[in-house]
Amino acid sequence: MNGGVYALIALGIVLIYKSTRVLNIAQGQFLVVGAWIAFTFSSKIGLNIWLSFFLTLVAAIIIGFLIERFTFRPLIGQPISALITMTIVLMAGIEGLVLWIWGGWVETFPDFIPREPIRMGNIVLSQQLLWMFIIAMVFIGGFALFFKYTRTGLAMRATAEDHQVAQSVGISVKTVFGQTWAIAALIGAIGGIILGSLYGVSYQLGEWGLKVLTVAIIGGLDSIPGAIVAGLMLGLLEKVATGYVDPIIGGGLEAVFPFVILLIVLMIKPYGLFGLKEIERI
Amino acid sequence: MQLPSGTINDSYEKDMAIIRTRWQWVMFIGFVVLIFVFPAFPFVSNYLLRIINNIVIAMILVLGLNILMGYAGQVSLGQGAFMAVGAYTVALLGHKLGVPFWLSLPAAGLSAGIVGVIFGAPSLRVKGVYLALATIAAQFIILWIVRHVHAFGGVSGVPNPPAAIGTFTINSQLSNYYLIIVVAIIMTFAAKNIARSKIGRAFVAIRDNDLAAEVMGISLFRYKLLAFFIGCFFAGIAGGLWANLIGHVQDEQFPLINSIWYTGMIMVGGQGYTLGAIIGTFLLLGVQEIVVLYGPSLSHIPGVGGSGYAGFSQFLMALIIVLFIIFEPRGLAHRWQIFKSSYRLHPFSY
Repeated sequence: MNGGVYALIALGIVLIYKSTRVLNIAQGQFLVVGAWIAFTFSSKIGLNIWLSFFLTLVAAIIIGFLIERFTFRPLIGQPISALITMTIVLMAGIEGLVLWIWGGWVETFPDFIPREPIRMGNIVLSQQLLWMFIIAMVFIGGFALFFKYTRTGLAMRATAEDHQVAQSVGISVKTVFGQTWAIAALIGAIGGIILGSLYGVSYQLGEWGLKVLTVAIIGGLDSIPGAIVAGLMLGLLEKVATGYVDPIIGGGLEAVFPFVILLIVLMIKPYGLFGLKEIERI
Repeated sequence: MQLPSGTINDSYEKDMAIIRTRWQWVMFIGFVVLIFVFPAFPFVSNYLLRIINNIVIAMILVLGLNILMGYAGQVSLGQGAFMAVGAYTVALLGHKLGVPFWLSLPAAGLSAGIVGVIFGAPSLRVKGVYLALATIAAQFIILWIVRHVHAFGGVSGVPNPPAAIGTFTINSQLSNYYLIIVVAIIMTFAAKNIARSKIGRAFVAIRDNDLAAEVMGISLFRYKLLAFFIGCFFAGIAGGLWANLIGHVQDEQFPLINSIWYTGMIMVGGQGYTLGAIIGTFLLLGVQEIVVLYGPSLSHIPGVGGSGYAGFSQFLMALIIVLFIIFEPRGLAHRWQIFKSSYRLHPFSY
């Protein structure tokens, strides 16, 4: 069931990579920031939970725009090592900021979904997990429609295809970059709210971002369906692996399993299941 | 390279020499002497020595990373873990087998280098972001292994017997300072010369365009793995020194955040400058130490200091690196070069 959330977060990474060619290692920090902002609105200020979620999403969009404008736009045309360092330093910086503002402890949201498990025959399902899965799927579906039917979505897909061509048909590539980051931050905030309500709000949610990078790679960094398939797949694989292998080696596999998979995938199929293979010319 | 006026390359030896003028020799020898008498100054406390030891160890690592990232263009975000390999090698060899430190230190470099080659192997197939991810994976996998395999000490880590020369044990900050400084000088010399050699030029060719480099007859297989070996060798040496300095090796001493800072130090100092690696390390770690030192005393200002200063120092360091990447992408070492050349040409602008 974690797979749905994986897929949703990976969607954010894939979106950014597709249109801006930046691999956003800091995606996990969007989760943390989203979760903490939602927590601040709902528990500290005491707003209605749905209103505070809405405000969180608005804040996330603004944060996404700001990050693109002030950190990545000056780097257009810079070598890839600068971009990689920028994303990972951004990750460290946002983490530092979160620790500075909100501290390093774990908080919990007020429950907005009942905790009682559902029984279907022999299967016992956590109602929370089920709802989270459904929410994640609804958002993924919503984004799919957005890309297919809206003008902005179309512009984004065009930018992803080729920056120069998009520019020449009158799409402002810079605006699209900003919109992409805003959407990715929005997706991150949704994921953050979901995960925060499941596992508690803390800076440790950021580790999910690193795990989800594996998902994005397996699916292919520039493939949206790939992210969804790989997200569900990794969620399942992880549970199977921890269920069957953990007793043999003594536990703790969940933390490292995605990275082992990542390394294997990079060795045998570096561009993922659905990714475009890059052909280089001198 | 620009030379002071009147310095002429009239022989090959002169052309290849690092130190060219008599004044440079004076400065160089003066600097080395200064380093060695440094602990004798009255203001140098044990605390300051500890900070400097930490910084110089990081500097050795960053010198290696500079070869790997600045020259060969292979991004590695797992240097902290490779340092851990070196540290564990020294600690395990010393603790379990009683191997003397002067043998286990090169062994630390070698083992880290070999592990680095294993995790650098994806660089043969992928590059850029994909490679960065492979090295992040290395970071997590290596630390997970040392934490969960009992032969490596598990959660509690491994105690490290202090190094000894004859009957003299190197276990104080002061004796460690001399050990680290000597190794650091050797490693700096090695790094500078690797960068100027055939290997270094091959690395630069690979960085600029690896396909073109291969067409020119540079074996990508050999040189990419060699770059990883060298970069991780330096990390292993740094790890070995760290093991001796800290006395007890544990997996929590090598978090991902350190690996991130090492990369950032390269960006601040300037990619592809040996001097840049040194400046970047001292600047960033200096900032961190200052925040750690003065952070608690700032706690009366609301929002700053207090318990949040760890987060604040992390944020501040990231901010510095971000500003450098945006406004000075070639780093401080480049700025220094500009300063030097304009100083030499002083009355005339070019």
